[in-house]
Amino acid sequence: MDWVLPLLIIIGKSLLLAVALLIYVAFILYGDRKVWAAVQLRRGPNVVGPWGLLQSFADLLKFVFKEPVIPAGANKGVFLLAPFVTGLLALSTWAVIPLADGWAIADLNVGILYVFAISSLGVYGIIMGGWASNSKYPFLSALRSAAQMVSYEVSIGFVIITVLLCAGSLNLNDIVKAQDTSYGLLGWYWLPLFPMFIIFFISALAETNRPPFDLVEAESELVAGFMVEYSSTPYLLFMLGEYVAIVGMCAMTTVLFLGGWLSPLPFAPFTWVPGIIWFILKATLVFFMFAMVKAFVPRYRYDQLMRLGWKVFLPISLFMVVLVAAVLQFTGWGGRV
Amino acid sequence: MTVAAAFFYLFSIIMLASAFMVIAARNPVHSVLFLILVFVNAAGLFILAGAEFLAMILVVVYVGAVAVLFLFVVMMLDVDFAELKQGFLQYLPLGALIGIVVAIELIMVLGGWTAAPGIKATNAPQITALSNTEALGLVLYTRHVYFFQAAGLVLLTAMIGAIVLTLHHKPGVKRQDISQQNARTREEAVEVRKVPSRTGV
Repeated sequence: MDWVLPLLIIIGKSLLLAVALLIYVAFILYGDRKVWAAVQLRRGPNVVGPWGLLQSFADLLKFVFKEPVIPAGANKGVFLLAPFVTGLLALSTWAVIPLADGWAIADLNVGILYVFAISSLGVYGIIMGGWASNSKYPFLSALRSAAQMVSYEVSIGFVIITVLLCAGSLNLNDIVKAQDTSYGLLGWYWLPLFPMFIIFFISALAETNRPPFDLVEAESELVAGFMVEYSSTPYLLFMLGEYVAIVGMCAMTTVLFLGGWLSPLPFAPFTWVPGIIWFILKATLVFFMFAMVKAFVPRYRYDQLMRLGWKVFLPISLFMVVLVAAVLQFTGWGGRV
Repeated sequence: MTVAAAFFYLFSIIMLASAFMVIAARNPVHSVLFLILVFVNAAGLFILAGAEFLAMILVVVYVGAVAVLFLFVVMMLDVDFAELKQGFLQYLPLGALIGIVVAIELIMVLGGWTAAPGIKATNAPQITALSNTEALGLVLYTRHVYFFQAAGLVLLTAMIGAIVLTLHHKPGVKRQDISQQNARTREEAVEVRKVPSRTGV
């Protein structure tokens, strides 16, 4: 019975991470609305709690206490499964993300592939929800989302390949460590791989259905897309899954391009700060950029979205994979030979 | 029973049950969803066998891309599947025959399998020192590079074939030229005219 204790430790860690993550997401949601409001010269949520800080928790209670409505024509099992799939997949990404040196629940050898695999499964929640609702708008939204997410996964995959060529490992912990140079924040991969950083950021927006790529839930055309028929707790799970996935993408950007838990200036007073603080600060900064994009970029048209994915990002990232590999081969830079 | 064995039986039972449900489910969309469950459990079995790279690639390629397209097609099809399944059982003898032949072949191949007698233990790579991905990369791009390239060529041919079959350039359809749109200047696009009263432009 020597496996009981490790199992309990893993369960404890997972619960701690999940609770911390959900509280963080509650404030991120509030921050998102505040940034959006500030750009539009509004006040945003300001009633519940001091400066409206508890707004997300009030929303949570409201969603939970409402009555769940299941449409008569819906495919009941799949209809209820879809929000759970979205929520669970979004949370399970976090099992491998290192919040500080060695602070990951599972230190996988193929961590980055795991994250990529899980994020490519995220489309199922949307397709299942859209199909099971048995209604026009959700189905149109499911069609859109499947094409969109499959397209942008391709360029995300190539961006990830350039990063792991430089780092020489698929382990997320090792990828952060490979960015630990004496140049501090200039040695992180956002600068040497600069175009890829931008491509990853934009593809992450598309992958998580954030504006300006939120055609899946474009309210002017599809009401609320795949979520039209959902109410109460199932809707809450969709919403939560979406935001957890967004924060997950912010964390991935941090790990791949912004040096994870590393201090931006590699000398004394800054290196005393615990890694987790740097990680949260960086992830929040990336989320701030997500929120700003939502506030001031108008929505893409569908053909423009497809053109950007297939005709712009795919050739650039494919070329960059070849270029980075050639540079590493002929200069001998990078992690391992 | 160790934890690994428990997980092996868990994954296997779910996999076999959902494989059965793929052909037993009435609704074809449910069939595809069960197929996805089969893929995910197969990935779990790969992880138990220590092949974590294969497991992840299985999920990325089959579940993340191929099955999405399957699901898509099945959702869009307007076929009465209950009608298609009429007389379904008349194919049972033929299906059973094929299944038995494949099973016998598999048993013969696996039963007669031994390592080549002349092989030396020193030739094998140090599995413990290498991660899965590295071990695959070391042989895939060196010893098996021609097979790898040939597989790539086959896929390229298939892709070109699919594009040629489906791409139709209709004449007379207005198309957007993005570079032309971006190259437009304010002078070409907007003109400020003073319109005299009662005459029009």
